[in-house]
Amino acid sequence: MQALYAQLLVGLINGSFYALLSLGLAVIFGMLNIINFAHGALYMMGAFVAYFLLNLGGINYWWALLLAPIIVGIFGMILERTMLKFLTGLDHLYGLLLTFGIALIVQGVFQNYFGSSGLPYAIPDQLKGGMNLGFMFLPVYRGWVVIFSLVVCLATWFLIEKTRLGAYLRAATENPTLVRAFGINVPRMITLTYGLGVGLAALAGVLSAPINQVRPLMGADLIIVVFAVVVIGGMGSIMGSIITGFALGVIEGLTKYFYPEASNTVVFVLMVLVLLVKPTGLTGRAA
Amino acid sequence: MPETEMAEAPVKAATGGNILEVRNLQAWYGESHILHGIDFDVKAGEVVTLLGRNGAGKTTTLKSIMGIIGKRSGSIKFNNQEIRGATSDRIARMGIAFCPEERGIFSSLDVRENLLLPPVVRPGGLPLEQIFDLFPNLKERLNSQGTKLSGGEQQMLAIARILRTGASFLMLDEPTEGLAPVIIQQIGHTIARLKKEGFTILLVEQNFRFASTVADRYYVVEHGKIIDGFSNAELAANMDKLHTYLGV
Repeated sequence: MQALYAQLLVGLINGSFYALLSLGLAVIFGMLNIINFAHGALYMMGAFVAYFLLNLGGINYWWALLLAPIIVGIFGMILERTMLKFLTGLDHLYGLLLTFGIALIVQGVFQNYFGSSGLPYAIPDQLKGGMNLGFMFLPVYRGWVVIFSLVVCLATWFLIEKTRLGAYLRAATENPTLVRAFGINVPRMITLTYGLGVGLAALAGVLSAPINQVRPLMGADLIIVVFAVVVIGGMGSIMGSIITGFALGVIEGLTKYFYPEASNTVVFVLMVLVLLVKPTGLTGRAA
Repeated sequence: MPETEMAEAPVKAATGGNILEVRNLQAWYGESHILHGIDFDVKAGEVVTLLGRNGAGKTTTLKSIMGIIGKRSGSIKFNNQEIRGATSDRIARMGIAFCPEERGIFSSLDVRENLLLPPVVRPGGLPLEQIFDLFPNLKERLNSQGTKLSGGEQQMLAIARILRTGASFLMLDEPTEGLAPVIIQQIGHTIARLKKEGFTILLVEQNFRFASTVADRYYVVEHGKIIDGFSNAELAANMDKLHTYLGV
């Protein structure tokens, strides 16, 4: 039973990253109509920025949680302003190619300087150690990642579904021309939305640094699964991305316990099944 | 708020002068040339109707004024300020509001969110109570999904949401299209009320019987040009011509 709970926890942690990343992808796709293949590279940049902040600036984990998403978010907004915005109205393929190219370049640059092996990032003192829950041993840091990710996901959901700013965002996703004709600076909103999505990826990168180490290809490995998560969940819904992210993490974890051989493929098998039965994804709207 | 916007604020008070002057307006959708030189004026406080057949360029004229059409030339002056090159968000903030033909109700927003979506661009918009007074149905359905409303209710919502922004120049694109006679009548009453409140209204209509109940003046659009114009008083004298123009 211990092993089952341990795998469940691993699943929840992976699910946290899936949820944060697929949430950002969904928000970006909604506003920019771009399938952001650079998402994994930006997640990796979040982890590296945290590493630099600590080792070059002596800035600790807690500040990195705040600063890394902002710094990488600004980098993302520069990408949007200088490149992505010119893709408006073009086929999805162009966005996919451009962001894939950006991902390769960013990862290449980091690999050039840091190789492929991981750099260590220590768990902050406040989150070291573990708790004995009776049925299992819970490392504090891992519990923190799950709870914090959940809070961030729900806060993002609240922002988009329940606030005035979110109403602008949803409306602009449906009809940007009309929203702009109401006096809202939609191009600026698009830039900020891309920054938000990228910031969420960077935040996931910081959270992951103490668990998975900081590696140039950490995002490349993850992003493939995240895209499967997005396909399963459907691009249309914010809550759908969150729930699908966590659920697939858990399913993956459970598979590792019951049938380890399939744990790397279970998400893709589910993706195929969902595509066969409901091509728009479980919570997605028809295009 | 920037000073320039404040300076433009007392628009409603200044009745009589031209609030909108369009000169030699040309517009293109991609490669196709739609407007070939539109000229007309709207005075503050007037209700002016653009009449014309399908595809004559009425909607394109409104969209060009709103800054939604990418390629346009000529001159559009609003309050003596050239707006032809401005982006649509800047134009909206100068006090022009647009109610599109397809109504543009957002399905991912509920009625309340749809109603409150357009930001207030200047003081002087109608307060919510007055809007609910004009459209009592909306008050009862505030929590419904925007697109779950009936066609008539959606049209009312589309008009209602631009009344609270403080924009005093409203462009309504075929507000009666596809609606039942009793709803058309209600929209007619609303437009008359709005005129009394001091709004200036530029209307696009195919239903000229409806237009004749609300408009002060008419322009006839054909092949992307204004080919005629007359006041409501001259309507009877121009009836034959009008029938020819509109093919009714």
